[in-house]
Amino acid sequence: MTVDSQGTATAGPQDAPGRAAGKSQTPPPSSGPKEVLQPSRGRRSLPSGWLPYLLVAPALLSMAVLLLYPLVRNVILSFQQLNRKEFITRETVWIGFDNYTELLGDPDFWSVVVRSIVFTAVNVALIMAIGTGIGLLLNRLGKKMRLVLSLALMFAWAMPIVASVTVFRWLFDEQFGVVNWLMRTLGFEGYEQHNWFETGFSTLVIIMILLVWGSIPFVALNMYAALTTIGSELYEAAKMDGASGWRTFWAVVFPNLKSFFMITTFLEIIWIFKAFAQVYAMNQGGPDRGSETLPVFAYIEGVGQFHYGVAAAISILTIVMLIAVMSFYFRLILKQEEEL
Amino acid sequence: MSATTQTPQKLRTRKPLSVGVVAKNLTALVLAVVFVFPVYWMFSSSLKPQHEIMTKDPVFVFTPTFENYTTATGVDLFWTYVTNSLMVTIGAVLLALLVALAASFAIARMKFKGRKGIVLVVMMAQMAPWEVMVIAMYMISRENDLLNSIPTLTLIYFVMVLPFTIWTLRGFIAAVPVELEEAAQIDGCTRGQAFRKVIFPLLAPGLMSTSLFGFITAWNEFAMILMLNKEKESQTLTLWLTQFQTAFGSDWGATMAASTLFALPVLVVFLFLQRKAVGGMTAGAVKG
Repeated sequence: MTVDSQGTATAGPQDAPGRAAGKSQTPPPSSGPKEVLQPSRGRRSLPSGWLPYLLVAPALLSMAVLLLYPLVRNVILSFQQLNRKEFITRETVWIGFDNYTELLGDPDFWSVVVRSIVFTAVNVALIMAIGTGIGLLLNRLGKKMRLVLSLALMFAWAMPIVASVTVFRWLFDEQFGVVNWLMRTLGFEGYEQHNWFETGFSTLVIIMILLVWGSIPFVALNMYAALTTIGSELYEAAKMDGASGWRTFWAVVFPNLKSFFMITTFLEIIWIFKAFAQVYAMNQGGPDRGSETLPVFAYIEGVGQFHYGVAAAISILTIVMLIAVMSFYFRLILKQEEEL
Repeated sequence: MSATTQTPQKLRTRKPLSVGVVAKNLTALVLAVVFVFPVYWMFSSSLKPQHEIMTKDPVFVFTPTFENYTTATGVDLFWTYVTNSLMVTIGAVLLALLVALAASFAIARMKFKGRKGIVLVVMMAQMAPWEVMVIAMYMISRENDLLNSIPTLTLIYFVMVLPFTIWTLRGFIAAVPVELEEAAQIDGCTRGQAFRKVIFPLLAPGLMSTSLFGFITAWNEFAMILMLNKEKESQTLTLWLTQFQTAFGSDWGATMAASTLFALPVLVVFLFLQRKAVGGMTAGAVKG
């Protein structure tokens, strides 16, 4: 197997867009050969100026209908009173910004916001720190050990989300879970029938373990791929200067992979912040709505409590927060695209 | 170059008893066990006889049995879930490939007004918070009698995977030298023929890894199916997995068998394609 192959190293996130941009800026020496051929064949009646638009039209059209329209509808819904009654009678009741003012004045909403942000921050910090560490370790391992560790990471990465949530519930099962057994074996008291899903906090800790476990492989394996792009001369120079491992990391690795770290961090922030299946399937946001993050809060308000209008407003506020994060990400990508 | 750069490395690995090397390998081994354990535990639990699942102290040596698999697949409508899952996933991926191939070819190879804007739109769509838009999706589907429908779900998954399919394919197309295409055109191919005969075959690996990501996304999807397809006949394996758990109470053996069956296709394909996956995933910046 070729987990340790470096063929992929060149396709790090930083040069994927660049690679495309680099090539596409030289369009086929403008239709030189094509124009010679076209008249004789006469098959293509479309002026070539339309062709690119024709090619992108299906994609743009489907995104407009299935992505943009629901988004617009979401905004519209957020200005309506849409509870159980209106939902059944299919009435439309406009209430302006009431859903928003209600939410923004509701301490419950703010505690979910704070919870989501803290939860995302802790998760991303752990994922980035451990993922980077494992990436560095992979780079320094021998061939066999590297293969073993990469394969293990691949297994965690490839596990479908719903399946891994189910497995984690089994690992942390109150009666027959292997985690309670492990805690007892290690000599900790009180894990006879410990209920890990007793509080919102402990539920979130388990979701966190799941998210960190599932997200690290992406960071670690890509980190390793990116590391192989750094020439070994740089390490040797650092070594000759007598730099410690810590110092080598900050002086050689980090500056070279700065955009890798930035982009990966942004992606993880976005992914963790909007994670739904992991949080909802673990314990439906419970107990007592104590493990709800923003997307789950929106779902439960809407579907569970029949407050569809409020739920729509929550989603819009969530999207606004995501856009704030994403704008940084896009600026970064666009900047790279111009540089390369 | 190899002579000079490899000497120090060789010296390092030739010292087998160095504490650093042992610690490094030990750490790697522990990490490997930690990462693989949940997957191993799922698989081994799925093969355990019922009475060995329900023990306070886990059993590590047991005689494997398929009884859990019989229970899991013996559920009402099991084959409907399988068929629905496959139809929705394959339909979405094929549709996305078709539409994305055209768009990414234009973006990667042609110069036209608004190209940059389209790139930006694709990038933004790729980050779209689908999970957050379920309420609007539900309302639209309800108004148009599109709830509990396999085609609706297929279309939603199609647009879910479309942006990163365009994004990744664009990278793969751009990697094919323009000269090849030109040479074919000089040899008398039209632009379409040049694409079919020269670029398309070279895109095979790209198409494979792109469809793998699409497959995983659609196979994994949870929020939409939970919201839009409440009727059992229209559900997929994703919900089979969760419903099943409540329906069987604490039948963890059957649940783990179901999880294994659900994860197996993805695990196999992923491990098979892993080399492409690492690079491609970052290129497309894709994940669930």
